[in-house]
Amino acid sequence: MSLIVTLARMEALASGRSQPLATVRHRHLSERPMVFVPLTTAGEAGAPLGALLGTDRAEPRLLVVPQPRNRDLRFAFLAELAARLLPHLESALDDVEHEQHGDEESELCADAPQLLVPNQPGVEFVRLLGRSMRFRRTAQDDPDAPHPVPTQVPLLGRWLTHYGERSRVPGSALLLSMTELLGRHWATGQSQLEDQHLGALLGWVAASDRDVEARDPAGQLRWPPAGPATDPAFDNHLLAPAVERYDADVPGAERQVRELIAGQLRPAWEDMWDGVELLRALPEGRRVGERWKRDRYSYTHHRDRVRAGEPPQPRRDDAVTAAAKLASREQAQARLDAQEALDDPLAMAARRLTGEAFAGEVVEVTPAWSEGKRPRPRPLVTVRSTDLPYLAVGGRAHRELPDGGRQSAELAAAPESGLFLLRLVSGMGRGKEPAPGSVPAAGDRVCWTLFEHSPRGGPGLPDPEDTPWTHGGPPVLGGEADSEASGGTGTTGGAEPHGRRLPAAREAAATDPAAGQADTAPDRVTTEDYL
Amino acid sequence: MTRPHPGTHPGVPEQPTPVAGGTDHRQDPGGSHHPEHPHAPETSRAPGHPVLDEFDPSAAADRATTAILRDTLYGEQRGVIVDSPPGAGKSTLVVRAARELAAAGRPLMVIAQTNAQVDDLVDRLARADPELPVGRLHSSDPEPYDPMLDQHPAVRTAARIDDLAGLDIVVSTAAKWAWVRTDTRWPQAIVDEAYQMRSDALLAVAGLFERALFVGDPGQLDPFSQVVAEQWAGLSYDPSASAVSTLLAHNPELPQHRLPVSWRLPASAAPLVSAAFYPYTPFRSGTGPGDRRLTFGVPADGSAADAVIDEAATGGWGLLELPARHTPRTDPEAVGAVAEVVRGLVTRRGATTSERDTVAVPLTPERVAVGTAHRDQAAAVRSALADLEVPGAAEVTVDTANRLQGREFDVTVVLHPLSGRPDATAFHLETGRLCVLASRHRHACVVVCRAGVPELLDAHPSTEPVQLGVTVKFPDGWEANHAILAHLATHRVRC
Repeated sequence: MSLIVTLARMEALASGRSQPLATVRHRHLSERPMVFVPLTTAGEAGAPLGALLGTDRAEPRLLVVPQPRNRDLRFAFLAELAARLLPHLESALDDVEHEQHGDEESELCADAPQLLVPNQPGVEFVRLLGRSMRFRRTAQDDPDAPHPVPTQVPLLGRWLTHYGERSRVPGSALLLSMTELLGRHWATGQSQLEDQHLGALLGWVAASDRDVEARDPAGQLRWPPAGPATDPAFDNHLLAPAVERYDADVPGAERQVRELIAGQLRPAWEDMWDGVELLRALPEGRRVGERWKRDRYSYTHHRDRVRAGEPPQPRRDDAVTAAAKLASREQAQARLDAQEALDDPLAMAARRLTGEAFAGEVVEVTPAWSEGKRPRPRPLVTVRSTDLPYLAVGGRAHRELPDGGRQSAELAAAPESGLFLLRLVSGMGRGKEPAPGSVPAAGDRVCWTLFEHSPRGGPGLPDPEDTPWTHGGPPVLGGEADSEASGGTGTTGGAEPHGRRLPAAREAAATDPAAGQADTAPDRVTTEDYL
Repeated sequence: MTRPHPGTHPGVPEQPTPVAGGTDHRQDPGGSHHPEHPHAPETSRAPGHPVLDEFDPSAAADRATTAILRDTLYGEQRGVIVDSPPGAGKSTLVVRAARELAAAGRPLMVIAQTNAQVDDLVDRLARADPELPVGRLHSSDPEPYDPMLDQHPAVRTAARIDDLAGLDIVVSTAAKWAWVRTDTRWPQAIVDEAYQMRSDALLAVAGLFERALFVGDPGQLDPFSQVVAEQWAGLSYDPSASAVSTLLAHNPELPQHRLPVSWRLPASAAPLVSAAFYPYTPFRSGTGPGDRRLTFGVPADGSAADAVIDEAATGGWGLLELPARHTPRTDPEAVGAVAEVVRGLVTRRGATTSERDTVAVPLTPERVAVGTAHRDQAAAVRSALADLEVPGAAEVTVDTANRLQGREFDVTVVLHPLSGRPDATAFHLETGRLCVLASRHRHACVVVCRAGVPELLDAHPSTEPVQLGVTVKFPDGWEANHAILAHLATHRVRC
């Protein structure tokens, strides 16, 4: 936690109201987000209990599993969820624009559907739903398979898996949690653990007095948690008896379970939309659109993989895919940190306090040129700042030019404490004289960062089929090879117990019937598949 | 699933062979403990009294080196792993192995982790054999390598691998090697600081070589990622894990050696560092008690800083304890105390004698270092030193544990990572951080700390979630911190 966030939290505690952590909104917020508030069954990992969902605050759709341990009812819930969610997730597939990259033109969906859940466990639940649905067998896959599901179910599983995986990319916005969104923009006077409770968090941000721990005379929470877990008092005293009545075929019992679950979901539903409105009131950061475009590319690529008939995402990433994902997320994190700082003086203040940036006034500018046949401008700019950057002589600093371009400089000298003599080295055009506006004048306010504004990507990785011996060699195709069969390395604890598939985009299975068969064969079935 | 130490692996039967530095590194010269008992008497054995009974450090180190070179040059396996405790001659081993491989006519690529490490290796190679053609592959940034390399006539520097074709040895960072594309693989590679290399970095370069010698120190700081990588925890190729753990998970049959002697750490430090951080792979100091001496020409002025300096000069360790208090990270009193200790060290006309020198050598500011956990603490110490106007203070190295890795000084002053903290987070408890800070010195180490850290540790037992398939690292930071503090308590000076 940065110093400035600590300060904001202390101020929030002292004043009893949340304090802003941002002057702009740092995440994309769709015009028509799909709000999804799921509930899970206590003691039955991943067994859905119900959900409220919809794109219109006035018309939430309630889905309920009246007996969560009944697998047929669970599958009926998943089928209905697919029927409600898929039209939204597939609503932006065909509205495309075209982007030119050199000689190549690529298709890009003009928008992407957004999914909002209350909190981080909600994101995990989306991931779990995706995991439990994408390998489900349909009647078309195998007429003899038990419990066949409608074709929409595995398809939704793949979309939810994609959204869940994308949400791990820093700065992405396809799937967001409301507590994370609000927590990025406002500081409360409670702990970060308490901030996971959407109702408690909104109490601070929306300045409404609510005691989320208060219970009614019957011992029920007046402000139920926003799921996916339910309150034990609700489970024991209200839900369990109602489900028992349902099991006993008591007339009206199903309606009663529905009402109970709706009662638990309603407050979170309202909080979600209150949160959306609070966030809408913030102006969008300048670079949010650029990041959203990456989300649209991600959406487009997944659309293309589905359309190409590729198999569902494998259970586990292979070595190369895992390394590639980690590298791209680290790059995304650096990009997000830089862009938030450039978009928002409050975010920049945090970086200045940690010595990663400094702002000040230009006190002197001396024109100078580089040596050589074609001298280039290398003006010396003296900046006075009270910040304390970790910048040594020879170190690099970067700033944004008024026209949006970038400029780098190196520290030529630090003649006295608080004075920085910088030699501008780029961003001044191609001529002998610097381009107009590219060199600051005495009296200008400037802000330099020690971090780069658009971090570079790393080198490429080998293709999965070229995975080197240090990482176990190429991944095994199909689901047969397990650790015992591949040389007894199972005792190392690290060898993966399942065979893995090549990432769909790279494999030739589409044209090779034998390989294709291996690819559509399921991985070994585990208990997770019956969630 | 539980492995006693990152350097070991299950499946290798314990061998009772009493050869120090053999391929099985669970054997123990003291023979007193067992991997199943992390609380074996080792940690409670009084450090500072090593038993040098018939132990010839040079012979033990030679035996280990010979076995390593034999496996590297003539072994059947594609990889050889060498665990090296602090100051055990890892660089010397790398230089020697590189020269022997070159002499055997095997083109060699050397992979290090930072540019400073690469420059240092190239410099050592060129000094060891001025005729040896060595290539230094570098980036295309301005000033990509240390200009001192230009004074070696046989060293060629280039930003493109094609310009270094035909050289016996090419050295570069893992990050630069990852950009190299070539049709022919190098028959042999040496990977330096392999425990600090991330698995994904090895993945990017492993296609460039046929076989490799992996050298590193398992006790230092683990590699890390700025983003959450939990979803791959437990996979053998977790990209955020260390290169060696991936390598061993997939190739458990690879021979593992270790260097048994620390030439850097004095007799006062090796037993403690070995017991606290390497309980299953103990090592000895190359020098005995009394082989190294630290003396001061100016007597103590009665201050606590001078008293702790004298304590450290005699016993090798000193703990300057400030009253218990919760403080911000840049605790002004603790930072001030660090600066006072540094002032004493550089102004009291210190002199060192060691096995290297027959006459006393002055303790100069560049032989003194200050280690901290955070960058802002290092910056605060630097400005406190400047405020005190300590002569030569600018030559004193002040840096974080991450940046002090692999470096060596005569005397170090450490601001304890847990000093003044209300909590003990995983970052501040990390074993490697304390190990780096406590193992940089040839003569003495002074730790500056607020009182109450043992109580803080007792209030914060390790609570990191257990991940299936992930190597449990022993000792954990909690236990290592207790071991170090228990020993430091016997060298305590109160402020």
